[in-house]
Amino acid sequence: MAIEFMNPLFEVIRDSDRCIKCRVCERQCANEVHKYDADLDKMISNEMTCVDCQRCVCLCPTHALKIRPNENQFRENANWTHQTMDEVYKQAGSGGVLLSAMGNPKDLPVYWDRILLNASQVTNPPIDPLREPMETKTFLGKKNQGITYDENGKAHYDKTPYLELDVPIMFSAMSFGSISKNAHESLARAATELGTFYNTGEGGLHRDFYKYGANTICQVASGRFGVFKGYLDAGAAIEIKMGQGAKPGIGGHLPGMKINDEISRTRMIPKGTDAISPAPHHDIYSIEDLRQLVISLKEATNWEKPIIVKIAAVHNVAAIASGVARSGADIIAIDGFRGGTGAAPTRIRDNVGIPIELALAAVDSRLRDEGIRNDVSVVVGGSVRSAADVVKAIALGADAVYIATSALLAMGCHLCRSCNTGKCNWGIATQRADLVKRLNPDIAAERLVNLVTAWDHEIKEMMGGMGINSIEALRGNRLMLRGVGLTQKELDILGIQHAGE
Amino acid sequence: MNIDAKNHGYTELNKTIRESSEEKFELDNVLGQRYIGAGLSGKEILIHGTPGNALGAYLNGSKIIVHGNAQDAIGDTMNDGAIIVHGNCGDTTGYAMRSGEIYVKGNAGYRVGIHMKSYQELYPTIVIGGKVGDFLGEYQAGGIIIVLGIGVEGTPVGSFCGTGMHGGEMFIRSENAPKGLPKQVCCNEATDEEKQTIRKYIERFTKHFGGNTDELLSAKFYKLTPNSASPYKQLYVNN
Repeated sequence: MAIEFMNPLFEVIRDSDRCIKCRVCERQCANEVHKYDADLDKMISNEMTCVDCQRCVCLCPTHALKIRPNENQFRENANWTHQTMDEVYKQAGSGGVLLSAMGNPKDLPVYWDRILLNASQVTNPPIDPLREPMETKTFLGKKNQGITYDENGKAHYDKTPYLELDVPIMFSAMSFGSISKNAHESLARAATELGTFYNTGEGGLHRDFYKYGANTICQVASGRFGVFKGYLDAGAAIEIKMGQGAKPGIGGHLPGMKINDEISRTRMIPKGTDAISPAPHHDIYSIEDLRQLVISLKEATNWEKPIIVKIAAVHNVAAIASGVARSGADIIAIDGFRGGTGAAPTRIRDNVGIPIELALAAVDSRLRDEGIRNDVSVVVGGSVRSAADVVKAIALGADAVYIATSALLAMGCHLCRSCNTGKCNWGIATQRADLVKRLNPDIAAERLVNLVTAWDHEIKEMMGGMGINSIEALRGNRLMLRGVGLTQKELDILGIQHAGE
Repeated sequence: MNIDAKNHGYTELNKTIRESSEEKFELDNVLGQRYIGAGLSGKEILIHGTPGNALGAYLNGSKIIVHGNAQDAIGDTMNDGAIIVHGNCGDTTGYAMRSGEIYVKGNAGYRVGIHMKSYQELYPTIVIGGKVGDFLGEYQAGGIIIVLGIGVEGTPVGSFCGTGMHGGEMFIRSENAPKGLPKQVCCNEATDEEKQTIRKYIERFTKHFGGNTDELLSAKFYKLTPNSASPYKQLYVNN
């Protein structure tokens, strides 16, 4: 047998005084780390397959388990880190392309953490959200500029379709296929209760979830899976997926073995066949071509649905967004390079795209400069981790944010970044029936509602502190932001001043 | 209902058709109006002139007959119905169509039948009378594409035919097989038995546009199918 060059990434520490050999860990681990050895009458571990999902730790009734990073490390080297060496070993052993899941974990700048918020003192009193009205409702779509008055003085506007959000937070696209049916149901129910929206992703809409249509965004991607008139009519808006922050410039490939009965029915492709989403839309080579897809969707749905165009944050994002704004789209969604994914080549995920904070500031400035900011709403995602990130995003110019990783965490995800294996022990990123049933939609939906409700309170508190009582007054209000430890160039792109200025 | 389409935009035309209780429409003087019949069910539209791009996009069970040429992206993501073109049509004909049929008397452009797919009883058909451009059946995942090459000298398909094909079948009426097929595509001369499986489509073609079914079927056809022994599976290693 060839020598295995790699070490386990994690150590399973089992306190033998506490372990009662109940074998819960063994039953809970789809990676088959834990096993009861009858001869030894003890639990043993195969640490090689452990992904540190913490399922066993959370379910161990006697708290006998800890999962720790393996102390055994290769000789320290700042250039050739353990991870870098492991990747070489993996590829030398398999000849395979490295595949990862969830967002970019690299130590690259998080600009949210380098931006600070303002608060009112003395001359412009703060607003107390407990006793004064505070508005976090927002509307997405074109802001109508033309108002005409009839002879009785009554105002008339050209109404274009829009989305009404009770909170400026939506659940970002995750397809049925990448996540489980129970996870989809949890998102749909939470969005309905919160008065916001969840997004089908490109895998179609399960027939059981049409009833949540008023709070659903239906995605259309290059593969057109599950797209037909009934699907387009089902949702409140249609999102054209041009790109994704975790993997800009590449498509998707759901292998045939993951296409089970339910996914086959929802994607409208035969069971067991590959679902290939090509990298480009093959009918889109220009903004004019994008416009054709936007307008064809509007025509097919009787001009009743707002159209979102989702792009990844890449180098020329401001120019691209300007084109999208002119394509007839009502909303632009921009996904930053830390956005999550069910599977992406590691090199793409970790090296392609730009931070959402810079992309957002650049897009908002460009659209304002060109006088077309009111022609579209801007939604940003790609690692919005807290209410503070939401407030900063809106102050930088966003109309609302998309969250997905935070939503998965609310449902129980522990960010082990192994979605691509399909063996999610938390029942989220898996299609295995025995694992899916571990996620209870009643509980998960409630946890999602709790999370967003809590963020909504925090948003109100932060806004109140700044003396601002509506999202409308916060949007693009970059005077409320200051940078710390940023270069002049970074401050210029963000359009903010340094703290103390 | 007769509609003179001259100086009327696509939104107006579609609205009239969608909201009318009538089922049959005849549009005269159509000149470049896009998206005609987008998402439409249960109607029949006869078009005189040249409809613009995305004719019958997301079509959901209507019949559209064009007396003239059609442009790009006819039948984009079509789910059911028929589009019959008594002329030529442009690129990405039948992009991602899932069911229904497209018959074109003349030639078609690039990327015909791209990402066409089938599901259960849904099985789309594209029949092109003349020749087609490059990338025929690119990413084809299901359904059937037939190119008859009537009056065409040489192979009636362009380069890169079947790139990314992973389902469905193509029949190409030609003395020679398309050149440069990827290894993921199998190409064989169609047997008489296999040719009989497409008789019904050829019969419909000759019914629409004239011609002799037996005569068309008597020529040599090549049948293209995905080569399941050589899949696209990218080798990945979990990281």
